[in-house]
Amino acid sequence: MEMPTPDAAILSRKSKIVERLRAALPQAAVIHDEAELRAYECDALTAYRCPPLAVVLPASTAEVATVLKICHAEGVPVVPRGSGTSLAGGALPTADSVILGVSRLNRVLEVDYDNRFIRVQSGRTNLSVTGAVEQDDFFYAPDPSSQLACAIAGNIAMNSGGAHCLKYGVTTNNLLGVTMVSMAGEVMEIGGAHLDAAGYDLLGVICGSEGQLGVVTEATLRILRKPEGARPVLIGFDSNEVAGACVSDIIKAGVLPVAIEFMDRPCIEATEAFAKAGYPMCEALLIVEVEGSPAEIDEQLGLITQIARRHNPVELREAQSEDEAKRIWLGRKSAFGAMGNINDYMCLDGTIPVSSLPYVLKRIGEMSKDYGLDVANVFHAGDGNMHPLILFDANKPGDLELCEAFGADILKLCVEVGGCLTGEHGVGIEKRDLMTTQFAPEDLEAQMRVKDVFDPSWLLNPAKVFPLAVSRARRERDIAA
Amino acid sequence: MLSPATESELSEIVAGARGALHVTGGGTRPVGRPVAGEVLSVAGLAGIELYEPGALTIVARAGTSLAEVEAALAAERQRLPFEPMDHRALLGTKGEPTVGGVVAANVSGPRRIQAGAARDSLIGVRFVDGSGSIIKNGGRVMKNVTGYDLVKLMAGSWGTLGVLTEVAFKVLPAPEAAAGFSIAGLSDLQAVEAMAVALGSPFEVTGAAHLPGAGRTLLRIEGFAASVAYRAGRLAEVMAPFGAVTVERDAAAVAETWRQIRDVQVFATQPGDVWRISVKPSDAPGVAALTGGEVMFDWGGGLIWALVPEGTDLRARLGAFAGHATLVRASEETRARIAPFHPEPAPLAALSAGLRAKFDPRGILNPGLMGS
Repeated sequence: MEMPTPDAAILSRKSKIVERLRAALPQAAVIHDEAELRAYECDALTAYRCPPLAVVLPASTAEVATVLKICHAEGVPVVPRGSGTSLAGGALPTADSVILGVSRLNRVLEVDYDNRFIRVQSGRTNLSVTGAVEQDDFFYAPDPSSQLACAIAGNIAMNSGGAHCLKYGVTTNNLLGVTMVSMAGEVMEIGGAHLDAAGYDLLGVICGSEGQLGVVTEATLRILRKPEGARPVLIGFDSNEVAGACVSDIIKAGVLPVAIEFMDRPCIEATEAFAKAGYPMCEALLIVEVEGSPAEIDEQLGLITQIARRHNPVELREAQSEDEAKRIWLGRKSAFGAMGNINDYMCLDGTIPVSSLPYVLKRIGEMSKDYGLDVANVFHAGDGNMHPLILFDANKPGDLELCEAFGADILKLCVEVGGCLTGEHGVGIEKRDLMTTQFAPEDLEAQMRVKDVFDPSWLLNPAKVFPLAVSRARRERDIAA
Repeated sequence: MLSPATESELSEIVAGARGALHVTGGGTRPVGRPVAGEVLSVAGLAGIELYEPGALTIVARAGTSLAEVEAALAAERQRLPFEPMDHRALLGTKGEPTVGGVVAANVSGPRRIQAGAARDSLIGVRFVDGSGSIIKNGGRVMKNVTGYDLVKLMAGSWGTLGVLTEVAFKVLPAPEAAAGFSIAGLSDLQAVEAMAVALGSPFEVTGAAHLPGAGRTLLRIEGFAASVAYRAGRLAEVMAPFGAVTVERDAAAVAETWRQIRDVQVFATQPGDVWRISVKPSDAPGVAALTGGEVMFDWGGGLIWALVPEGTDLRARLGAFAGHATLVRASEETRARIAPFHPEPAPLAALSAGLRAKFDPRGILNPGLMGS
């Protein structure tokens, strides 16, 4: 993955820049030692690494503003970082950048059940937002798989989703307001405990902008009352096509499950060997979860199993107890771990129209043979968000490149059938160079204009989202300036 | 009037425009500062392009009538989740509301508290910017984080950043049944408390309104028949401490009640200016009292509709508060004098002005509509 050549002038001024930062912040908040910087050289896309110039860990919005003012004045790029769990390289530094980590900003600022929101600092982890309100039977809906570790800041940057967004939406649908600091160090409040914007929906464009428009330090999030209960059913089929048709029929019948998860045979086999969840050996497996009171759950699951039976399932297993429910989810939740146990893998994130599911799975199978790399599919079927896992051997020369080429072909296929490159992980550096397959030059130009307005010097999270050639003129104009 | 029939014609018109354009869809929502300029109607760009009930997605050209989209969805027992308000009765307009207009104004209704606004269901747009470039963003799939979310930016931009040519929505199943609840005689404060209890319950309330004039506080739940019956019983128990709860189970009656709330029917026949105020629900009674006019509360209190004498500068009465007030109905003279859209704090106003300058550098699309 090509990254821009670091600015030699910035590198040569490292000690001066570090001194300015140290003078403005508590000593422990500035990391510049070579060995310590290694901890920040990559995120969860570990194939790419580059230690930054320095790392700052501010503990308040005011400190974030101070850092940004200094970096802005020095013309130093800034890479915002939540918990570093990005699978797309969203927090990958450049050698001439300062990492601005929000991990110390982890407090709950306000919980308001009457108005159903929580205000938190952005470094707080996703799961601990729910943790702050679950004793009162409330929760925060978006639930990315990395929720134990990932920060709200990163969730906002990538507009993260999760398994339950078919019913509850993604981050942007659950975000009410932010405190954001611009690259120039200006603190602004956008949105709040009320709904909708007075003018343009700036909050809507900030969410999902991959940390390129500003640094979010606080967030007002919508919280919801927990449903009375939830229960999954597991349905096995002897073909992907039939499973796909069943998903479509369930949705058409008017049921809105909170989750419809799909696993194909390679994934079932791997997770069964790893987690021993007792899954049936079949071509495709659905886990459908519904919520409500026990009677409501019975009614919905009754309808779902009735639809499933019309498609001749090879297995139909309704959870009769909490323990059985856990076992049904066990395999799905350990799918990534199971893959990691077999080999290195790359996790893709394209979305497709649900109707194209069988065709896309068939094509991925064919490509897998052509490339000689195994692939397992596990994904959120209700919304068409696929997560093909391509297995490769990082120690084998050329295998990573082969895997990347295969991944790019799958993503191009997603776009070809009317879908997109990324459903919830973000573009980062990983899909940056594929953006031209989904967008025409005018489309990308329109997006870059937004960046021009929020960050005219193009210093925030450089070299992400837009292909380097497309953003070059803007980046270099300002680095020179 | 300019009435292009295709996106490329529209693009040529905008590119070749010599002066201001007053962009319009069905013309049923004359909100904002009056716009001087040649009328550019998008109504000719009509038709549903794609509807996949099994994928919960629909794509339509911007000039497609809302009625056509709603009828297509109803035939498959689906609907737009956000319950868009029909402004015709309140604003005394005629014509057919279009889906492009719904998006441009980010219209929603009582269900906004549970299912989001138009912007939350909008998954893709195509538009022509102020230079005539055709731009697409988002798409036809409901999970998409590829690039910046200009879809949200276009929703509620009232045609000032670009002329919408196509919109795509995530849709939801229409419920089999509905139940309405009514509690009489609550004060504004009690009503907001009662609605907070209802919305904080696990029974999925999809409407919570308070009509002080009629002395009624209303709630709604929707879903499968057996589920609605169960939740109706439970919700009535939870609400009992606030007073006698009347439950309406006739679906047509529930629909009519909430249509009237959605369309602010109560102010449609009364003279005066109408304002729409978005606040934190628990702030609503205090803010409502400051209006000095007749009010109606939706969204559990989060939305206040206020009727005040013509020409009233309501913002001056409200002073500083957390939220925003939009002047929805007033004479052209009043809308020219009092900013219809709530002024933004300086840093946000600068960003908005910057976006406007980038997307419409010549300032020809609905100039002035949203303010300076």
